[in-house]
Amino acid sequence: MTLAARLAIPGRLDVEVDAEPGDVIALVGPNGAGKSSFVHALAGLQHAEGSALLGGRDLLALAPQEREVGVVFQDQRLFPHLSALDNVAFGPRSRGEPKHSARAAARTWLERLGVAELADRKPAQLSGGQAQRVAIARALVTDPDLLLLDEPFTGLDVGVAATLRIELGKHLADFRGITLLVTHDALDALTLATTVVVLDSGRVAQVGTPAEVAAQPLTEHVARLVGLNVLRDGDRLRAFSPAAVTVSRHAPADSARNRWHGVVRGAAPHGDAIRLQVTGERDLIADVTPAASRELALVPGQEVWLSVKETAVTTYDARADAASD
Amino acid sequence: MTGRDPLGRAPWILVVPAVLGAGVLLVPLAAMVAATDPRGLADALASEAARDALWLSVSTSTAAMLVSLVIGLPLAWLLARVDFPGSRLVRALVIVPMVLPPVVAGIALRSAFGRSGLIGEPLLDLTGFAFPYTTSGVVLAHVFVALPFLVISIEGALRSTGSGYDGAAATLGASRWTTFRRVTVPLALPGIAAAMVLAWARSLGEFGATITFNGNYPGTTQTMPTLIYVARQSDADAALALSLIMLLVSVGVLVALRDRWLVTA
Amino acid sequence: MRRGTPVVATVLVLSTLAACGTDDADSLQVLAAASLTDVFTDLADQFEADHDGVEVELSFGSSTDLAEQAADGAPGDVLATADRAAMALAEDAGVVADPQVFATNMLVIVTPPGNPAGIATLADLDGATWVRCADDVPCGRVALDVLAAAGVDAEPASLEEDARATLDKVVSGEAEAGLVYATDAVAAGADVASIPIDGAEEQLTSYSIGALDQAEDGDLAQEWVDLVTGDEGEAALAEAGFGPP
Repeated sequence: MTLAARLAIPGRLDVEVDAEPGDVIALVGPNGAGKSSFVHALAGLQHAEGSALLGGRDLLALAPQEREVGVVFQDQRLFPHLSALDNVAFGPRSRGEPKHSARAAARTWLERLGVAELADRKPAQLSGGQAQRVAIARALVTDPDLLLLDEPFTGLDVGVAATLRIELGKHLADFRGITLLVTHDALDALTLATTVVVLDSGRVAQVGTPAEVAAQPLTEHVARLVGLNVLRDGDRLRAFSPAAVTVSRHAPADSARNRWHGVVRGAAPHGDAIRLQVTGERDLIADVTPAASRELALVPGQEVWLSVKETAVTTYDARADAASD
Repeated sequence: MTGRDPLGRAPWILVVPAVLGAGVLLVPLAAMVAATDPRGLADALASEAARDALWLSVSTSTAAMLVSLVIGLPLAWLLARVDFPGSRLVRALVIVPMVLPPVVAGIALRSAFGRSGLIGEPLLDLTGFAFPYTTSGVVLAHVFVALPFLVISIEGALRSTGSGYDGAAATLGASRWTTFRRVTVPLALPGIAAAMVLAWARSLGEFGATITFNGNYPGTTQTMPTLIYVARQSDADAALALSLIMLLVSVGVLVALRDRWLVTA
Repeated sequence: MRRGTPVVATVLVLSTLAACGTDDADSLQVLAAASLTDVFTDLADQFEADHDGVEVELSFGSSTDLAEQAADGAPGDVLATADRAAMALAEDAGVVADPQVFATNMLVIVTPPGNPAGIATLADLDGATWVRCADDVPCGRVALDVLAAAGVDAEPASLEEDARATLDKVVSGEAEAGLVYATDAVAAGADVASIPIDGAEEQLTSYSIGALDQAEDGDLAQEWVDLVTGDEGEAALAEAGFGPP
């Protein structure tokens, strides 16, 4: 069962996405790029023009109730008056299953997500991670052909998100349908997705495998997400890692090409290094050792020179269609 | 409630009008209690007219509340959830009876449901039934004045719970009716209960529309407010005693319901 | 300017209230039963014409309400009630010295024009949808007496709070008949048909008038009483359907 979606919301969105069974498509992009709108339009919660063929059926011609898509919302939207079990059983019940078998199916899915012992709790009595597990169970229990995950890890503790990400990965590997994952997090895109679709201002800016997109990002936003410096040079893009950047207090005497003057705007630990945000003729990031940071007194407001060796720079075509070859 | 408020004392500029506000509401009631002769109260309680009227008031208000719920909840849902042409106009018109003087409400009811009214006349010709002078007519008048309160407060409750859960239910395959039954209504239940209490209370105090539309006859159309009004023409003390009884009954019911429903709303 | 507006509004409201409180020395305030509205309004024009600079302020309402207000010391110069019981309230409170009966009224049957239910006598009320005043209000007491005297035991559909409300039910077609005062029937004109009741003249209701103790100008108040009880008053009352005292 394949998905061929071309959705348009006038003035806001014009996006085309194709997927094969088993695909996990990550939708990334800055706030307002249209990620959530696209997912809501597929679910039928937002009006859109165009078509969304899923195994030959046009979803847009159907009411939300008939689309048989599973949705996990950013804020979960578990029904507060129902127990976790009844939340998960809600889908099967609404599709006409008797109460008993609906609950049995719900229990099975709560077990798979590791929250069977919370079956009788109300959503208010669940932690964020537990609630998200229940929400995932609720979306999967109806065995949808299309699973839509709208920023499922936003708002969760880092550790909880990490565990859940690994588990979700396992479930998605077993899932025979198509998954669309809206995310802000490069890690989600890189670890869970088979394909990454980058949206920018309501349009597709890049499509590729996670590795391609991470290595040669076409948008500033994704470059930031994956932690790369990307500079435009005509219709070519030049990317280099922040670790390859040399920071000094004075203008380097050597090669004039890859050096920029700027002011430190921020400094924060990043792994073993200190990551500097530098603004100036270019907005760049640079990783330095803590020792170097102290020695050079790299505090916000400090003027610095950045340089990078030409051998550390990857140059590639700036056009979206060229990125995936 | 005890001890110092960590945010500091309440400023007098708020406390003074607040106390005034409470005073405006409570002093007249307290004065009425003080002015009532306890013996008159016993007499009034013993009188059959008072007991009939009290029973009629309570039963018609309850009936009016239930009728209002059956027709008002769907209307509130429609206004809160369905974007139809003219919905703003309908919302504005629905609350008009709230600002109508009660007598005008009575005249409007008569124009529609009176013996020669728009609906009343064909109804009388077809069935031989007419609303005026009947207990059903009292319920109708009560519904007319209580319904707007019920509709706008349920609409508010539905709006504040938002349509996000309705959307989630839809993606799970629930029809709109299933969603209404299993999600929308349960989530708005505290607000719906508060709206029912409000409708009941409004209905209990209703007087002008009822007397204009239905007149006043013991056991059939004479509710407590009507009885008090008529009694006042001849015996002010009896009217006072009856008023006190009504006050006690309404306060009793509201307090009983308050802890359960009103606070959570 | 924005800050100033509420202050100005408050001052306006307060000064309006203050204006209500100060009584114009050249005004006469008459508290009268609602059934006297037409007659007293005409007489007031005449009184003002005869007394240069005097303004008559008429306040109409239920006799009991007005008598209670007067007994409470509400401002007013003259009280005119539709029955003696209401006037007795004011007398007991000591705010009226010796009231005079100045007119009478009697009950009639009114029906919608054309008398669709074919009512001719009190006995015909049995089985009809008809209305009268409640037992406790003046017109209701008279109705009870009239019905008892005629030996009629017919159930009304509604007991109205006063004669005007009773009349209203008939005028609007919601009742096939009603018992109201002759003056109400006259005032309703062509909106109702009026049928005299045999023996109603035995059950007259008496209108009383008296100057109030709290009158600002006792002489002026007495002049109004004299006008109402004099020839001119009598003529105006007769025209409105009232009987002689």
